[in-house]
Amino acid sequence: MGDNGSPAGKPGAKRRFRIWRGDENGGDLRDYTVEVNEGEVVLDVIHRLQATDAPDLACRWNCKAGKCGSCSMEINGKPRLSCMTRMSTFTEDETVTVTPLRTFPVIRDLVTDVSFNYEKARETPAFAPPEGVAPGDYRMQQVDVERSQEFRKCIECFLCQNVCHVIRDHEENKPAFSGPRYFIRAAELDMHPLDARTDRREYAQAEQGLGFCNITKCCTEVCPEHIKITDNAIIPMKERVVDRRYDPLVWLGSKIFRRGQEPQSTAGSAGKESVVHSGVRQVGVHSHGGGSGDPSAEVQAQKGVNWHREVPHPTAPAVDASGKLPLTELTFDRAAAPSPFGDDVTFPLPPEHLNFAHPSQDEKH
Amino acid sequence: MTSTAMRPRGTRARAAIAARTLRTDRWWLAPLLTVVGLTAWVAYATVRVFMHKWYWVESYHYLTPFYSPCVTDRCVEGASHFGRFLPGWWIVPDAALTLPFLLLFRLTCYYYRKAYYRSFWLSPPACAVPDGHTTYSGETRFPLLGQNLHRYFFYAAAIISLINTWDAILAFHSPKGFGFGLGNIILLGNVVMLWAYTISCHSCRHIIGGRLKHFSTSPVRYRAWTFVSKLNVRHMQLAWITLGTLALTDFYVMAVAAEWIDDLRFIN
Ligand code: SF4
Ligand code: SF4
Ligand code: FES
Ligand code: FES
Repeated sequence: MGDNGSPAGKPGAKRRFRIWRGDENGGDLRDYTVEVNEGEVVLDVIHRLQATDAPDLACRWNCKAGKCGSCSMEINGKPRLSCMTRMSTFTEDETVTVTPLRTFPVIRDLVTDVSFNYEKARETPAFAPPEGVAPGDYRMQQVDVERSQEFRKCIECFLCQNVCHVIRDHEENKPAFSGPRYFIRAAELDMHPLDARTDRREYAQAEQGLGFCNITKCCTEVCPEHIKITDNAIIPMKERVVDRRYDPLVWLGSKIFRRGQEPQSTAGSAGKESVVHSGVRQVGVHSHGGGSGDPSAEVQAQKGVNWHREVPHPTAPAVDASGKLPLTELTFDRAAAPSPFGDDVTFPLPPEHLNFAHPSQDEKH
Repeated sequence: MTSTAMRPRGTRARAAIAARTLRTDRWWLAPLLTVVGLTAWVAYATVRVFMHKWYWVESYHYLTPFYSPCVTDRCVEGASHFGRFLPGWWIVPDAALTLPFLLLFRLTCYYYRKAYYRSFWLSPPACAVPDGHTTYSGETRFPLLGQNLHRYFFYAAAIISLINTWDAILAFHSPKGFGFGLGNIILLGNVVMLWAYTISCHSCRHIIGGRLKHFSTSPVRYRAWTFVSKLNVRHMQLAWITLGTLALTDFYVMAVAAEWIDDLRFIN
């Protein structure tokens, strides 16, 4: 690739780029002219810029194979993976504009803080093991898991979360709306043949904000894994909510035939514990912030898993006084790389700060 | 003291990008075509529904879907399967029993919702193009919460499709008994497309099998679901095709009834 004299293209042609440079205090689009070779993708060009004109251009990437979901950015206004956007899709005289994702706070240049998504992930109840089946004895038929498997293809690039106008254009909806990536998670588990929870649809409606979605399908349009997010996850989840709440025939059928496949449960039904929490047997406060400093939650955490506790955030590197990662050891206060866990974290961590629950701890209490 | 870069504290600034969208393609084309297409169709349908004539071809028993079943007292005998019990005021559509449901069926259809939210309501006009509104609550409150009633209208539409099928069968008629002409092909084609559209509905896909947790225990419903899923992928196309076939069928019946053209007859 890129050999001089390759037959099909003009190796080393100069192309114009506009790249957003800046941080949370502001920034602007800067013009660059950079060499582009046959077969290259936008990420290659960004790497060339880092090697030439803009050594301090920040960008996130890992695999360059469209599988890690790190290199999400907006190219000519469209949310895309930069490692999967071929330069051949642009005409030679076209200026390619590259900006960071717009929906999340910017850290620097093309790097954004996507922790919103991890908070929403933590809030989504995990797989609930079926009763009476020991781990290792799980058996499923392919036709039963097929639908869930489509959603397992997700690479968590958060392009769908970024494009969704519910939060992209309305920041104030962020607390109430989990976003398409977590709707497919809810659908994946609700359709999972062995998942024991029966309240996922109520959860999707009451806690994830399924009703905010107006099925305009932008998430589906941008998904690099071609997951049919709207058709196969969001609309089926909306229909499942309708089952419980609005459909007279289904209601009649379940009364007459006492069908087993749709266990009765409604969010907030009397005499039930809160059905929308991920903890074991807990009715605690629900936090959209992803962490609560609430002491009663801490007490509950001793009894079971409480995913909403404040725990040390993993992979948070140390930054200097300006809030940025130090570029060189000269400008840093120590002669070594910063700890990936943050330099203010010491090991071993106190056990009570770990979000761990032994499977049989409930029996001891 | 060091702090960490990733810790979320309050609302932090997004990248300051002045342009509302940086898209360079013709993203406005699809919403524009939707507005033009839907407006034209609704205009045609409104004119036709309140015309109150040229809906029935006596000699071949062609009945346009816009007047089926005809239930007002100005209806001709053959077009009214269910009696003529409504007053024939100008404002009352002759198919007052079915048209409201068909309208609501399409209005709450998941595809049409996408189409008009994007084009008429600009929420959003296209992906990564800003919403035309400052606040947004989606389908969480009245009146848009009512979109959840789509399933009721699906049941109604399935019944109405049966009536349309019946109309298409009755139309194999001529003054001499059995008859078959170009109008029959148009009526039949319309009915087939209406069924395809109705069956490909997302609510139908859900009811027929999508709501099951275990496909393996219901093989028949699984196969039905697979079939509906295949059609469902084409739901958007079917939505537009049926608008086309409905208008075409109606126009053909109108043209024959008004004697602008003669029906091309194959048999009798
Ligand atoms: S279909 Fe729903 S979740 Fe997906 S982008 Fe549109 S509003 Fe957001
Ligand atoms: S669903 Fe698709 S767009 Fe969304 S995070 Fe997963 S891979 Fe990315
Ligand atoms: S670098 Fe991994 S997806 Fe682009
Ligand atoms: S008719 Fe379009 S989704 Fe039901």
